Amino acid sequence: MKRVLLATLLALSTLSPALAVQPDEMLPDPAMEARARDISQELRCLVCQNQSIDDSNAPLARDLRLLVRDRLKAGDSDDKVLAFVTDRYGDYVLLRPPFKATTLVLWLGPFAILLLGAIGTFLFLRGRRGVAAGADTAPLSADERRRLDALLRKDE
Amino acid sequence: MIPELGHYALVLALFVALVQTVPPLVGAATRNAAWMNVAVPAAIAQMLLVLIAYGALTWAHVVSDFSVLNVVQNSHSLKPMLYKVSGVWGNHEGSMILWIVMLTVFGAAVAVFGRNLPPTLKARVLAVQGLIGIGFLLFILMTSNPFIRVIPAPLDGNDLNPLLQDPGLAFHPPFLYAGYVGFSMAFSFAVAALIEGRVDPAWARWVRPWTLAAWSTLTMGIAMGSWWAYYELGWGGWWYWDPVENASFMPWLAGTALLHSAIVVEKRDALKSWTILLSIVTFSLSLMGTFLVRSGILTSVHAFAVDPKRGIFILVLLAVATGGSLLLYSLRAPALKAGGLFAPISREGALVLNNLLLSTATATVFIGTLYPLFLDIMKLGKVSVGAPFFNATFVPVAIPVVIAMVVGPFLSWKRADLGAALTRLWVAGVAVVAAVAVTAYVQAGGGPLTALVGMALAAWAFVGSLVEFAERIRLFRVPMADSWNRAVHLPRSAWGMTIAHASIGLSILGMTGTSAWQTESITAMKPGDHTAVAGYEFRFDSVGLVDGPNFKAERGVFTVTRDGKPVATLEPERRSYSTTRMTTTESAIHTTVFSDLYVALGDPTQNGSAWIVRIYHHPLVPWIWIGGVGMMLGGLVSLTDRRFRVGAPERRRRQGKAAPLPAE
Repeated sequence: MKRVLLATLLALSTLSPALAVQPDEMLPDPAMEARARDISQELRCLVCQNQSIDDSNAPLARDLRLLVRDRLKAGDSDDKVLAFVTDRYGDYVLLRPPFKATTLVLWLGPFAILLLGAIGTFLFLRGRRGVAAGADTAPLSADERRRLDALLRKDE
Repeated sequence: MIPELGHYALVLALFVALVQTVPPLVGAATRNAAWMNVAVPAAIAQMLLVLIAYGALTWAHVVSDFSVLNVVQNSHSLKPMLYKVSGVWGNHEGSMILWIVMLTVFGAAVAVFGRNLPPTLKARVLAVQGLIGIGFLLFILMTSNPFIRVIPAPLDGNDLNPLLQDPGLAFHPPFLYAGYVGFSMAFSFAVAALIEGRVDPAWARWVRPWTLAAWSTLTMGIAMGSWWAYYELGWGGWWYWDPVENASFMPWLAGTALLHSAIVVEKRDALKSWTILLSIVTFSLSLMGTFLVRSGILTSVHAFAVDPKRGIFILVLLAVATGGSLLLYSLRAPALKAGGLFAPISREGALVLNNLLLSTATATVFIGTLYPLFLDIMKLGKVSVGAPFFNATFVPVAIPVVIAMVVGPFLSWKRADLGAALTRLWVAGVAVVAAVAVTAYVQAGGGPLTALVGMALAAWAFVGSLVEFAERIRLFRVPMADSWNRAVHLPRSAWGMTIAHASIGLSILGMTGTSAWQTESITAMKPGDHTAVAGYEFRFDSVGLVDGPNFKAERGVFTVTRDGKPVATLEPERRSYSTTRMTTTESAIHTTVFSDLYVALGDPTQNGSAWIVRIYHHPLVPWIWIGGVGMMLGGLVSLTDRRFRVGAPERRRRQGKAAPLPAE
């Protein structure tokens, strides 16, 4: 089902699959090209459904890929390239959303849930251990002792 | 005529579902056996009726009856027969019918095989199944009727999306749906148990086989989808953290947790309330996956707002099912008596940790998938959440799951000695050190740190799981024949666990290998050109035109050699489907099990003399899916455990045979 939708989306956005990065876009310096590829995977193709510009062959994605490579050629660091693109297209272009007020839930949510779950588990286990310890060590009352003796005698 | 019969069968099925729901619920409350028993024939009748509807739709597709709108929109007379049949579920309406076929087949299975269930529980389980059936039948009949006619009938259809005309994708939805819908059994059993007010080890024993079956098929469905993406989308990725993928991944994660917590209920009569909650959550996530994909909300919040009929319906269904069952849970769960006690360091404790981490993992995917939608709907801005986010948040949670997975089976129930367990794992520790050393040596020229972590984890999971098995059969401590004898007599559930856990190690191996060491070459090549990738020489021999049944293709021929010796001939295609005017890439893959050589033929260059060719070397990638198949097999082997077999406990009692070895 998931693929059915993905496929439909690909159809809607008039993409044929594959063939994102084109040979004529690539930088001659392999190290710089590798950096460009890494950066491309962090950037969203704005007209696509959840694709990075590295995976997409939409014309806009190509423009962005060329832009990234131009900035790298101009000597920008990776962070500066990302900042350059974000300044023009907004945070929406980042596939790793920035840490800010509206994304607090996104970044801290998983850890908050883990923490709450861990506290819950701890309380549960401690509560259970209390019960267990109680069950193990509660002394017999005089009445229970008498009944136990009676049972033991019956066995003999 | 036949489509009308299908339509009629669906309407009838709706009323039969009502009969499957109301009288049995009343009967169970008033202890009226006759009313309760109505559920059995009703469940079987509902299945038959839905199958008739499904058959009618399939018939319309097979004979290309273009007076049916659904066939017009999704088929074509020239489409190969395989895709005429699979095209039935390759569209919205048909896929919903498949959904309900699965639902009713599961329901009928309980009706037929559930003879040893307590009558009230059985009646209530079937009633809840009937209730789900009512919801989905109403959905189909009111918003997604596949039997609508077009008059006058067009001469031919619009054809199925070519990306779906692929054997891998043809069988992906049935597996996925069997998994999604299979979790409805756990849900129905949970709701029925809440109505009964009783959960005991016998309950868990009835729930576990259904959960195992659902989990196994869902695993297979996800693996198939991932494999399809790998070879069809043409750039060799295997997981994209796409919301549509996440929609199936969430029930899988929650279902994995459920599978494990149900063991604690069965063996130790503990974690009952939690297991009930997980059953509800797992199926709710399946419903939510259906909502996400079927409502179109993922495409755009705006598109959803324009035509919200289907989306709203599923949302209401989701709200009723989840809200209703959670309400019932909050009322009844406190009355469930807590059972067996255990210390934190114990098998139970390890399974609790498994559940804590898997729940966190599920929540991480949930937040990452839904929070952007939430922000958008609330007009608080738009954010993108993609692979970099999930790699940063999901992976740190997943790693401890795998580490703990190996240690858990070494711990005894109730109270265990962690130090002793770790000592018995020394072989796995040695394997980890060896894996790290070999990896560091292989990528001495500089490689990602993640490769070291991944390989260590893979070694730990694979070797650790085998060590556990070796310990069980006392390998090398008793004579070989004794070990063999022990292995043969181990319960199937023990075999299943070892196979599934070790397979996770194999999948991690594949994921690590291809992520860390794939080699890529994207070049414009003319026939006669050579490219060297990862020590292999690829020669582009020629391009020829090929006529398919409903497409025309350019087929490239590549000869691959290594050190002058021939390795393979690869023939990737670029297909153009005339009706839909879409192009697909059919990549050609040569696999050696240890790596894949992958060639995709792209667009011709501007002047038309060369083609853009993508060549990849993907080390270890086949192991991702070998591991996936292994996980599914582990589930299926565990399913054949004799304590799950229909009527096995009763037969044993009658024959007075000794009980089989306990599972631990």
